[in-house]
Amino acid sequence: MQLSTLYNIFVRDFRKQSLRIGLTIVALAWGTLSIMLLLGFGEGMHQQMSENQAGIGTGISVIWGGNTSMPYKGLGRGRKIWFHAGDGEYLKQLIPELEAVGEEYHRWGVRVRWADKVMTQHINGVEPVYEDIRNIVPRVGGRMVNEIDIELKRRVAFIGWETARDIFGDVDPVGETIYLQDLPFTVIGVLVEKNQWNSYSGQDQSTIFIPTTTFVAVFGDPYLDNMVFKPRDLDQMDMVKERVTEALAARYKFHPDDESALSIWDIAESMREFNAMLIGIKIFLGIIGGLTLLIASVGVANIMYVSIKERTREIGIKMAVGARKSYILIQFLIEALLITATGGFIGMMLAYVATETFQRVDIQADWVEWLGKPTISADIGIIVVAILGVMGLIAGFFPALRAASVSPVESLRYE
Amino acid sequence: MSAHMIDIVNLVKRYQTGTVSFEALKGVDVQIDRGELVSIVGPSGSGKSTMMNIIGCLDIPTSGKYTLDDQDVTKLTPNQLADIRNRKIGFVFQAFNLLPYATAFENVEVPLLFARVGGRKRKQRILDLLDRVGLADKVNNKPTEMSGGEMQRVAIARALANEPEVILADEPTGNLDSSSGGGIVELFHELWREGKTIVVITHDSALAAQTERIIHIRDGLIEKVTHGNQQGRRAAHVA
Repeated sequence: MQLSTLYNIFVRDFRKQSLRIGLTIVALAWGTLSIMLLLGFGEGMHQQMSENQAGIGTGISVIWGGNTSMPYKGLGRGRKIWFHAGDGEYLKQLIPELEAVGEEYHRWGVRVRWADKVMTQHINGVEPVYEDIRNIVPRVGGRMVNEIDIELKRRVAFIGWETARDIFGDVDPVGETIYLQDLPFTVIGVLVEKNQWNSYSGQDQSTIFIPTTTFVAVFGDPYLDNMVFKPRDLDQMDMVKERVTEALAARYKFHPDDESALSIWDIAESMREFNAMLIGIKIFLGIIGGLTLLIASVGVANIMYVSIKERTREIGIKMAVGARKSYILIQFLIEALLITATGGFIGMMLAYVATETFQRVDIQADWVEWLGKPTISADIGIIVVAILGVMGLIAGFFPALRAASVSPVESLRYE
Repeated sequence: MSAHMIDIVNLVKRYQTGTVSFEALKGVDVQIDRGELVSIVGPSGSGKSTMMNIIGCLDIPTSGKYTLDDQDVTKLTPNQLADIRNRKIGFVFQAFNLLPYATAFENVEVPLLFARVGGRKRKQRILDLLDRVGLADKVNNKPTEMSGGEMQRVAIARALANEPEVILADEPTGNLDSSSGGGIVELFHELWREGKTIVVITHDSALAAQTERIIHIRDGLIEKVTHGNQQGRRAAHVA
């Protein structure tokens, strides 16, 4: 059948049953809008939360010394394990699967002064490798702590964006001198704004980072507070954790199976679990949307049954002049798909407009930082089109099958 | 090639509804020659509609043999029957049975589409056919914009679309006034003179009289066969 004739049939059916078809199209559009927005909301949340997750760095573990709980080689239980400067280098030498290890020191409540402003801050002694593994990226115009700073124990400071705002306001901090415990430090860079969900000693945005060697020289800490390590291959995290434990057990003489001697926070593992949960939420949202759409497709099937009943004679005429059953089947399938496609298209356009509006409006609310904004990705489009296609086919198939199985004699007699 | 276009031997059609069975045709023999103009007449319930459905390959017999143009159609699949209806038979119905939303052009186009006749050739063929039945000026009219006689002409144009061997007309003048009906009968006569085999099913003896041969059916059996007033080439065949 020619496309124009098919169009004429559709228009005629639409006129005859405009209310019913109209409502079905509205239901389809609504269902499509729902599933798109729910999936888009899930996607936006996933992106936002992944970004928040990545704030601390990806594929890393944090390790602290603990207290031994097992006697080992003549040493009693309850012994505190302290890490020392050089442990990072020791681990790297021993374990080739390690991409990077960073040592760090912390001190809270340090008095910080700039011009006439005084406040207390968290100071973090770090190594240059933190720029990569802990996602500590400088704003344009500044830099992070580097190897020369470490070597020369330079008094340089890299500051979190929140601290920078609190201390300097609108002044560009880079090049300014701040005083930590009355010792002058030159500000070399400011952290770019990032969402950071996980933290172990404080948010990076409100921390002042200085070189480890400078930290020891200024504050005199004999021990590291913790280390951060990252395997070359994320899949080797479990093995690397074991190797790190063994290496430290050998160095500090505790039983390698002593679980309380060290504590390791596998951030990568937490992220994996969290991602699995997010995917679960997305599937759940998708199912809710899918069910809404399913109800709409029942409407399509209903329309098709009514339409076929009313067009029994037309089916008979076509069969009399030579239509095969398959032709009748395809004709009604195409009509069901046409209705589904119309509703689906309207729904998708509405969803697109809704999410675009959302994206463009600047919402100053805390929840945006957590839930993000709904985003429609190509994946979502493909998923929804696939669901619509399958539903349209199913909703059209059974009525069409009935149409095709009409006997030509019966249908020509039908009034 | 047999002289018979339609050769029906001992045809039985039984309808089964639950435990009740009804024999609409009880063993009928009919031979219709190529190029003949025949009518099948009988009162309602005589079995003539069943006859028409079987001759038109819309229905299959319970038993017996039906050969159409040397082909045993009782052994064909539904798709093969659809193709036979498409190419070998042209239907003309009492109620015209045009697609109400389609123009004259589109209605005539339907069988050509099923026969997969290509674009330009199809268009020319449709225009020729509508011209042949005298509707060259109604090509883009819909059935609602035409008179009964014009609608039946469109139906005849549609029936002729794929140059069928047989035209099967079921009460073709039943819904028409006598002048339009006369025009349709005249058109059938023209087609007959051009060599088409035409079978008219009717209960109207005046219409039947305008054919070569009249087959009378009653209670599922052939009652008698008589002459019509058309003196065709095959008048000698009357049994």
